[in-house]
Amino acid sequence: MEFKYEVEGGNFTKAGNAASAVKKVLKQLNVDPKVVKRVVVALYEGEVNVVAHAYKGQILVDIDPSRIVIRIEDQGPGIPDIDLAMQVGYSTASAMVREMGFGAGMGLPNMKRNADSLTISSKVGEGTTVELITNLTI
Amino acid sequence: MEIRKIAEVLDARVVCGEEYLDRSIECGFASDLMSDVLTLDSEHLVLITGLANVQVVRTAEMADISCILFVRDKTVTPEMRNIASENNMVLLECRYSMFKTIGMLHESGLQPVY
Repeated sequence: MEFKYEVEGGNFTKAGNAASAVKKVLKQLNVDPKVVKRVVVALYEGEVNVVAHAYKGQILVDIDPSRIVIRIEDQGPGIPDIDLAMQVGYSTASAMVREMGFGAGMGLPNMKRNADSLTISSKVGEGTTVELITNLTI
Repeated sequence: MEIRKIAEVLDARVVCGEEYLDRSIECGFASDLMSDVLTLDSEHLVLITGLANVQVVRTAEMADISCILFVRDKTVTPEMRNIASENNMVLLECRYSMFKTIGMLHESGLQPVY
């Protein structure tokens, strides 16, 4: 089962639309609520990251009975130092992002905590791709 | 503690979810930082916040939080209310400060998450 969602950079009113849609699908598939929460928290943080930092992005979701693969691709400034970005508390977020309740340097660490596998690749000046894989069976 | 009691103690306005006021709440978490809210594993909690925007409701949706209490006289927008209603949430508005709100709820028996 595959889904694709577009994400607009800077548009906070729509941030969470993809995570909300994926949550509905996983609930319909009777995935354990604790697993659903892990998946959608990680996806939501990723979606907020695209809105907060990139110009635009897309989210590709591939679900099979055993696992979900989420690929978040954005066109944006990229991440110069991924290890630094993974540190709790490190953030380059704007004042607007902080006013929305984010931008405290917890997004990527929260994503890592809630996924079974997290892979980040980034090119400065081009964009960032984050792949999250989570097992759906306990 | 039932959500109904939280509303009574604080003289809070029920914005939506009146039909769910008998839901039981075990603990409270107060934050204006949504990433902190997204780290919680607890269930049956009320989110107490002074931040009033759509992302607060989206955060609650992802974190399986079914009751949000807005303090400092913050107002829920129609869009927040729509998303909350779609997700069967209760939204409450209260005119007290965060400090006073939490003090009153704790005195009434509401426990912290940690």
